[in-house]
Amino acid sequence: MLEVREIWKNYEGKPLLRGVSFEVAAGETVCLLGASGSGKSTLLRIIAGLETPESGQVLWEGRDLSGVPVHRRNFGLMFQDYALFPHKRVDENVAFGLRMQGAPSSEIKERVSEALERVNMLAFARRRVTDLSGGEQQRVALARALAPRPRLLMLDEPLGALDRALKEQVEEELRRLLHSTGIPAIYVTHDQEEAFAVADRLILLNEGRVVQTGSPPQVYEQPASLWVAKFLGLNNLLPGRVIQENPLQAETEAGIFQGTWAAPGKAVIGAPVTLLLLPRGAVLAAEPQPAGPGSSTGVAPINQLSGIVEDSVFRGDGFRLNLNTAQGREFSFFVNREFSSGEAVSLSVSEDSVRFLQEDE
Amino acid sequence: MAERTTPETALPSERRQVGTLHNITPLLLWSLPLVFLGVFFFLPLGRVFGLAVQAALVQGADAALLNRVWSPLGFTIYQAALSTLLTLIVGLPGAYVFGRFHFPGKSALRIMTTLPFIMPTVVVAASFNALLGSRGWVNVLLMDVFDLSAPPIQILNSLPAILLAHVFYNTTIVIRVVGTALEQLDPRMEQAARVLGASPWRTFWEVTLPLLRPALLSALLLVFMFDFTSFGVILLLGGPRYATIEVEIYLQALQMLNLPLAGLLSAVQLFFTLLLTLAYSALAGRRIVQVAPRVQEEGLRQPHGWRERLVVWGTVTVLALLLVSPLAALSLRSVTRLETARNETVLKLALTFDYYQELFINRRSSLFYVPPITAARNSLAYAAVTVVLSLLFGSLAAYSLARPSRLNRLLDPLLMLPLGASAVTLGLGYIVTFNRPPLDVRSFPLLIPIAHSLVALPFVVRTLQPAIASIPASLRQAAAVLGASPWRVWREVDLPIVARAGLVSAIFSFTISLGEFGATTFLSRPEYPTLPVAIFRFLSQPGALNYGQALAMATLLMLICGLSILVLERLRLPVGGDF
Repeated sequence: MLEVREIWKNYEGKPLLRGVSFEVAAGETVCLLGASGSGKSTLLRIIAGLETPESGQVLWEGRDLSGVPVHRRNFGLMFQDYALFPHKRVDENVAFGLRMQGAPSSEIKERVSEALERVNMLAFARRRVTDLSGGEQQRVALARALAPRPRLLMLDEPLGALDRALKEQVEEELRRLLHSTGIPAIYVTHDQEEAFAVADRLILLNEGRVVQTGSPPQVYEQPASLWVAKFLGLNNLLPGRVIQENPLQAETEAGIFQGTWAAPGKAVIGAPVTLLLLPRGAVLAAEPQPAGPGSSTGVAPINQLSGIVEDSVFRGDGFRLNLNTAQGREFSFFVNREFSSGEAVSLSVSEDSVRFLQEDE
Repeated sequence: MAERTTPETALPSERRQVGTLHNITPLLLWSLPLVFLGVFFFLPLGRVFGLAVQAALVQGADAALLNRVWSPLGFTIYQAALSTLLTLIVGLPGAYVFGRFHFPGKSALRIMTTLPFIMPTVVVAASFNALLGSRGWVNVLLMDVFDLSAPPIQILNSLPAILLAHVFYNTTIVIRVVGTALEQLDPRMEQAARVLGASPWRTFWEVTLPLLRPALLSALLLVFMFDFTSFGVILLLGGPRYATIEVEIYLQALQMLNLPLAGLLSAVQLFFTLLLTLAYSALAGRRIVQVAPRVQEEGLRQPHGWRERLVVWGTVTVLALLLVSPLAALSLRSVTRLETARNETVLKLALTFDYYQELFINRRSSLFYVPPITAARNSLAYAAVTVVLSLLFGSLAAYSLARPSRLNRLLDPLLMLPLGASAVTLGLGYIVTFNRPPLDVRSFPLLIPIAHSLVALPFVVRTLQPAIASIPASLRQAAAVLGASPWRVWREVDLPIVARAGLVSAIFSFTISLGEFGATTFLSRPEYPTLPVAIFRFLSQPGALNYGQALAMATLLMLICGLSILVLERLRLPVGGDF
């Protein structure tokens, strides 16, 4: 329904967005994920019509919106600091968009109540906006954006001002709310956990370009580049060199690993790679076989990571094990038992948890 | 077991000895200013009310008396309303331009718009005279170009002149107050409104305007108040036909010698000024709280498109012309000799410093029997004394106000009253109170700087008080614990922090004293004129030489005041305290 095509935008003379393109389908909640200052908010404002891009188009159902002024686009935008009208009450704020549409006052009353009910703020209808807490203001801002039934909803870091505990609670509520309205939504954040909780589809933005799109599990399990992996908090990175193409193997300082190719292009023998070890792909290794007459050729087992335990932290549904290899590199895995500091451990990493990535050019 | 005295077990009397300046002399702090106010403000004011009572009761309140009061009152309200309206018409576009856009020369223009506000009324009157008077630039140039024999533009001594001068004076208030409010408006609110479907016009009506309303009301009331209490402008530019209450008080007291009527008019004036002050605190005091914190100057941008550029540059040009040309006309005219012989209409412009040189010469026809330049000397002397007096009493008052105390609720409005009472009323009160030696004008020249100090006192207090209040008590306590005596504490802790505010207050009271006209016209003796009084007298006399000398003196005054403002802006404290 919404198509963003090759948007270029400069900020203070330097390019901020470099040819960003993506689509949002009906009923879909899409999340723009990227570091702070990467242009995500600017992109929302361009879609809303508050700013014009250097080049590129915004299309709705195929029609170019460049001639359409802001107040006629019928998009909803929820601002980062809510931008509630301080001189109006809660219900007057929510009614604003409906009044601009020219709805009859009886209908306005009804729909305002409906919107406030949806965000659990009906009791606050006649309060002054300046009397509300951060979380309450956020809900009113959401109700105000939803009440006019926009054809697209955009949310700019809506949970940015909330504390951790409140955030987690609101994340899931928000997801359910967005799905129940069926309105396509673009959600902007720099917090990947928030993005995972809310989005149907992620769009990762780095240096003004889209570097990957996909559902949260897809992106998490198959990050397309090192940047994406690091951004998502996947830090088990092991530099190495390709030694075999089929099956794909690389030699690293910690041994030989076999896995799947996840970088653009093809694997070439001798090419430098960075191996990503997914944190949930490790189990305690079987005892290493001593070299001897009855054993095999005495070659070290592959996909095995050995090191000394730094600590293991209980996480509710498992333990986070932090260990250091002999070369001093840190790794972190989710395991199901506790380890003590200083213990020597060997982990076996499954083949489909090893991804071959390369540095972004 | 011997008992050791610790701070906790020490007797209250012992405990009090450890402390800062504040603990030791609370009585001194508020008693001195109160006595000063009592003798030199409330006493004269009381006498003025006595006069009023005398007029109303003793002489009888009849229709004639009511008319004598209503006539100037009506005109005062009328011209103030008209002036305010015109000021808004000129000032609001300026506020819009300052509050919305960045443009080159903005800070220079901001200083230029503040200059008129600080100028003494005589300077403003002289400036408009130099620009639009019968010997002023416009007339002279028109006469030359069109071969006329009489000045075509007779704008002085008329209502338009008064209105023009008021607009000149007060535009800066509108620009500052409304412009700053507009600048601080969160642009995201207007953006939110537009995304919700409001057209630009509707956004302005529903969001921008309501949020600006407190600032608009504030500016409106302030401008009206200043126009209501205007004296020098009306007297010098309006001429004999136009009398506001203030001018009427002056005329009745000094020319008609009808003191009771003057007193009655003063009482009426005070009543209305009080009403306006109350209205101001009530209506304009409420500020809308910003819901989210904002980045500085976020809403300002470059003008886009030819329409916006036209508005910006058009407004800037009009403002610059309006606000700069009178002052420029004054300074230029003071160094120009225009020669037009009766039959010739050729204009000869000659640069000359004759008028300035004349100031040092006492011609026999001089109005003061002394060289006019002594007026400058007198003004400077009075100003110096004013600075000392106002700083002394002002800092005492500011210190006592900075400490939380129930007495402050009484003291604060009392200190601000001189702001509302007109200087003319003060002058009237002095001549009826201090008319016997040794406390009369003849033998007690200090009366003039005392009157000036009273006018300046509210400004001094308003400037010093926030600075003093900003010093946390812990700073002083830390110094005391480290061994500093109370005097040392004040010198090492307070003085550096308050010094800048003190300097600003000093410049304030200096400038106010230099330009003070209302009270001084009542109090000054012919042998010891001040600059404003001298300018007034010379302007009212015929003759090119007198005219030139008046302009020369006015230019001097303008330059001194202008210099003060530049220094003030450098010190970066808000001019005029908090509006």
